[in-house]
Amino acid sequence: MQTLVAYVENKPGVLNRVSSLARRLAINIDSLTVGPTDNPEIARMTIVAHTDEKGGHRLEASLEKLVDVLLAENISQRSLLERDLALIKVQADQQSRPHLMELIKVFRARVVDVAPESLIIEVSGTVDKIDGLLEVLRPFGVLEMARSGRISMTRGGDLLRPPVPSTAPEQSVVVR
Amino acid sequence: MKLTGAEILCESLTKLGVQHIFGYPGGAILPVYDALGKSKLHHILVRHEQGATHMADGYARATGGVGVAMATSGPGATNMVTGIATAMLDSSPVVCITGQVSSKLLGSDAFQEIDITGITMPITKHNVVVSRAEDIARTVREAFIIANTGRPGPVLVDITKDAQQASCEFDWEAATPKLPQKRVRNNHDQAEFDRAIELLNTAKRPVILAGRGIMLSGAMRAFEQFVRTCNVPVAMTLLGIGCFPASDPMNLGMMGMHGEAWVNHAIQESDLLIAIGMRFDDRVTGDLRTYAKGARKIHIEIDRSEINKNVKVDAALVGDARETLEKLIPHIVNPDRGPWLSHIRELKGDSAVRDIQSLPDNGHLYAAHVINDLWKETRGEAIVVTDVGQHQMWEAQYYHHNQPRTLITSGGLGTMGFALPAAIGAKFAKPDSEVWVVVGDGGFQMTMCELATIVQEKINIKIAIINNGFLGMVRQWQEFFYDKRYVATPMVAPDFAALANAFGIRGERITQRGDVLSTIRSARECSETVLIDFRVEQEDSVYPMVPAGASLHEMIRRPNNPLVETATEP
Repeated sequence: MQTLVAYVENKPGVLNRVSSLARRLAINIDSLTVGPTDNPEIARMTIVAHTDEKGGHRLEASLEKLVDVLLAENISQRSLLERDLALIKVQADQQSRPHLMELIKVFRARVVDVAPESLIIEVSGTVDKIDGLLEVLRPFGVLEMARSGRISMTRGGDLLRPPVPSTAPEQSVVVR
Repeated sequence: MKLTGAEILCESLTKLGVQHIFGYPGGAILPVYDALGKSKLHHILVRHEQGATHMADGYARATGGVGVAMATSGPGATNMVTGIATAMLDSSPVVCITGQVSSKLLGSDAFQEIDITGITMPITKHNVVVSRAEDIARTVREAFIIANTGRPGPVLVDITKDAQQASCEFDWEAATPKLPQKRVRNNHDQAEFDRAIELLNTAKRPVILAGRGIMLSGAMRAFEQFVRTCNVPVAMTLLGIGCFPASDPMNLGMMGMHGEAWVNHAIQESDLLIAIGMRFDDRVTGDLRTYAKGARKIHIEIDRSEINKNVKVDAALVGDARETLEKLIPHIVNPDRGPWLSHIRELKGDSAVRDIQSLPDNGHLYAAHVINDLWKETRGEAIVVTDVGQHQMWEAQYYHHNQPRTLITSGGLGTMGFALPAAIGAKFAKPDSEVWVVVGDGGFQMTMCELATIVQEKINIKIAIINNGFLGMVRQWQEFFYDKRYVATPMVAPDFAALANAFGIRGERITQRGDVLSTIRSARECSETVLIDFRVEQEDSVYPMVPAGASLHEMIRRPNNPLVETATEP
């Protein structure tokens, strides 16, 4: 698994270019999240790809060749903070509810919706933690689940920020 | 000044220095054609949009500038796909302008509507839809910058019909490019640089692998200085031919699947490969597991994504070839390469000095004869545009190019049908140069409709059809690897000379060795286009040959027959 962060132009078609590139390189995307940054014209992506280090480099370098990708960085080797968010709708009757509440407490998850026959549990954390909760919830009957996919950030002073617009002179072009 | 989007497009192209546009009109691009008629731009009416893209590509390859192709929406645009992919694989700066249905019809499956930006996404460097007249000038300027900076490539600009028709204020100064502000990577890695210098200065058996990137960066002079300074022999990729004079004793020739044996052996025996502006294509390396196993590798390459893609390298210098070479040169100590160079001379043996001219005429006409005679007669100074297949490899072996951008050929995509239209483009780019098409009977039949374009535009190029009645390269593979089962390779062709006449072009047919030189000579003297149909040996093969997937040193060598042992000293 390789984790990449990319800053891209926040406009139509860019997601298509990014995912189409991975397809062309025969790299399977495990998860891809995208959201706006504090600059509404720039979006940040976290891409988790099923590939080795060589594939990660190739994906990073190829992404950065796209005109609309401002920066792409393979952060797999760095110290990372990773978060995934899940909403899990689980079967819950009078009998099972107390057991469920115990588990939810242990996993530091929370209940965000209560219905007579079910609960919706919100949990965030690493993929392992969510997988772990899911494992113990399964016997109760998981009715539905939505996961956000991973977002990642490098720890500490290791900053990954979109490039600041400069007033560099226009590139020249040779015609004929 | 208020102009329509169509007029703004023509004005913008003119301001960008464009003189020629290769294209084909249709409903969704009609407003632009109306404006073209009022502009000073020279529009060349092609006979098929694939031809337009190959012409723009040939134009770009001959000059280093941007070539422009134009087509209407739908089928006009989809016909460009092969030409765009050809330009993409060979890093050729081509800007394609397509008409699109009006923006309010987008997505409605309107007549001749097709999602051409979606279709061309993986085969363009960038593409964009423009649906406002106000965005046309800026977008076209951006397209030209993208196409011809960094590693060049094709850009497609799809303009809706309502954007062409709408009027707005035209202000060239205000329409400055606003390309996304990308991070600028500092590619200079001192550790890699130092390692490269150390490898260069300590290698005993180095070989340079020279690719098209040298030409794209205009690094010919720096490259020559580099070769002289480090005294290393040069092997070229197909597209690298011309970046270094073939007549130079340090030039070994083309490497790879149909490279001469001594070139491939030198690579396999080397202890250092210095790859410059090339990408270790499978046609160059053969089996990667056995490729130059004893060699360290330095890779000078502008495109980071090419580093370690096929071959793991020991020092990667990411950047422009010329700048990188100029930085390296002062650090090189001129070593004694005597033993290595004389070893390569031994590998060459006498195979390179046998002169095809002095071979007895046994009544057979070989393609190598034709190309050798063409090289001698034009003194190697013509621009030769080839198609794809056996004749392409023979051209690379027997026509010795001393100048950059004089061999124009489809390398990466291997597009049959490329030669004739690309040559038309090259002629418009270099009207004072002699342009020869070297093409097989198969590829010629793919795009021969462009003969009419030649006549309509009254241009003067020379067409040599290497006609063996087969799809020769495929037949050769069937001979070697499929037990001579010639399925779908024997090919009936029209009488090409008569066909030329029907177009109003002089046509000749040559079957005898003795008539080759005189026919080439008289064709060169003619001030109009001449087509020569060379009826060559039908089942001749290109040697040496590294079978696909085999090791580079495992070549099928030329049979011991002096008539096909035809390599010559440039």
